[in-house]
Amino acid sequence: MTQVIDRRGRPPISMLQLRFLSICLALLMSSGVLSSCGGKKSETGAGVGGHARIIENKGSDTLVNLALAWAEAYMVAHPDMSISVTGGGSGTGIAAMINGTVSIANASREMKPEEIKAAKANGISPVEIAVAHDAIAVVVSPSNPVQCLTIKQISNIYTGEIKNWMEVGGENRPIVLLSRESNSGTYVYFLENVIRIGNSKSKLLFSPDTLLMPSSEGISSEIRQNPNAIGYDGLGYVTGDQKVIAVSKSGNGPFVVPSAQTVKNGSYPIARPLYMYTAGQPAGQIRDYIEWILNGGQTLVAKLGFVPLQ
Amino acid sequence: MWQNWALSLYNKISQRPVRRRAGSSETAGKSWTEFFIESTIRVLGFSTIGFVLLIFLFLLKEGLPVLWEVSPGNLFGTRWYPTFDIFGTLPLILGSAYVTIAAIAIALPLGVTTAVFVRESAPDWAREILKPLIEVLAGIPSVVLGFFGMHAIAPMVRTTLNVPTGLTAFTGAVLLAYMSLPTIISVAEDALDSVPKSYRDAALAMGATNWQTIWRVVVPAARSGIAMAVMLGMGRAIGETMAVMMVTGNAARMPLSLGSIFMPVRTMTATVAAEMGEVANGSVHYHALFGIGIILFILTFIINILAASAIFKKRRKGGLR
Repeated sequence: MTQVIDRRGRPPISMLQLRFLSICLALLMSSGVLSSCGGKKSETGAGVGGHARIIENKGSDTLVNLALAWAEAYMVAHPDMSISVTGGGSGTGIAAMINGTVSIANASREMKPEEIKAAKANGISPVEIAVAHDAIAVVVSPSNPVQCLTIKQISNIYTGEIKNWMEVGGENRPIVLLSRESNSGTYVYFLENVIRIGNSKSKLLFSPDTLLMPSSEGISSEIRQNPNAIGYDGLGYVTGDQKVIAVSKSGNGPFVVPSAQTVKNGSYPIARPLYMYTAGQPAGQIRDYIEWILNGGQTLVAKLGFVPLQ
Repeated sequence: MWQNWALSLYNKISQRPVRRRAGSSETAGKSWTEFFIESTIRVLGFSTIGFVLLIFLFLLKEGLPVLWEVSPGNLFGTRWYPTFDIFGTLPLILGSAYVTIAAIAIALPLGVTTAVFVRESAPDWAREILKPLIEVLAGIPSVVLGFFGMHAIAPMVRTTLNVPTGLTAFTGAVLLAYMSLPTIISVAEDALDSVPKSYRDAALAMGATNWQTIWRVVVPAARSGIAMAVMLGMGRAIGETMAVMMVTGNAARMPLSLGSIFMPVRTMTATVAAEMGEVANGSVHYHALFGIGIILFILTFIINILAASAIFKKRRKGGLR
């Protein structure tokens, strides 16, 4: 260890070497700057030149992965097509569609009346196409005797108001809250529609004791082995060794287990259709693309954790 | 691990006879290749400093805006809900500190005693097996350890300690201790190695037992090296991400009581890793994550400086104490 600092008597660097060093540094910095600019340019540039047949697709972050998967698969089958997908949120996508900057807007909600009015004022009559369903399953360990919960109970559990399984008819055990990371679309949807029970004025938040799991695998492995845990995830991510809770919207209403069937007929309360909006009836390549999504593209839906239409 | 490797490399390099300036001027006209190779190596060496500076500048550029985008009260608050513009970094800083300190508390006694065993009392054949094994330990990818922690240690922690969940600060500390052990053991072993034989001989000649020699003479003589081992282990622990993200539960709660060790925590590294992937470029949240990066950078920098000062102190006192 003692040799480490034994570096006395090393000659100072000469001017020439210093200049060489500074040139190297300058080169290094400029190449870094150039490459980062180049990357951005090529991304946006693809939308302007090059391909003649371009579909711009923007909107919901929930839908963005599915839309990307669709675009990639479609472009493999149709090499002459270029589809660019961006996120930003349903509102951003719809606004861009109204302004005419994108041809398809992705939305995880229906268009609001004022948005439709704005579109009409712009001479656009938006067309709504449901492309998939999204359902969120609430899961517990198979050894947990609790079978059903109301949305209100789930909300109270996740805000930390209910801390013991006994309060909802289970064993005397503490409740361990599991959630996806805060950047996941599922997190926001669950917060708005379950914890805040759809009330946009509510300021309720996840309890700070909530465990944020970086992956679906994190949730499923903890659910499997921990009888205290409760979690939620997209229906497509739920594996067979987790117990799916039947959920009821009201206190006495029917408790419904999520399945492709109950999601489609609307009886499962924590589910929503996902939409694409086009400016006017889709035509040409856009019509072909959307038709493919509604038929061939549906096989990708389940793979990404959503519920297919059929 | 890299600190270790860099140190041994440094050792090797500095062992070669130092070429004097006078010598090189004698042969200056002789060989251009030599000059070229020498200056290339020098530039490469200096570019390391350049890289660190550039990285720090980049961090500052991306992270500093958070200071005026988010009010200080919010920034040092106790709640971290980035989706709703609540950027309290305190639970994350405390979470990292908590896990790291707990990990060192576990790793220090284990590491130092292992180093003492390997250096002082293990028979030759055991040393031959143990030393490479310890190096192999360092090579296990952290994600593999994280998986092991998630599926094996966490359930065990939950059932044996009867806590609500096994994804706790303690589980993370155990994994981190395991990961910083190779660093601590090999650096501490080097420190023990540099204690002169005359010290041992003198102690034994005074009638001290083997145990007394080790515990009262050799280990105290090597303590600055051991302090450096701990610092390097700490640097390893605080920067670790993947394993920690997988086993600590990532709940951004304030770990204020001693019992918090058996509760989930969220570290700075896990926060950056989990959230950076989806954050909008240039948003407040993005700047906040880089702000956390700055804090981490400064913390590891301080730890490394402390480690380095431990070596310098050691040199001033003639390689001992």
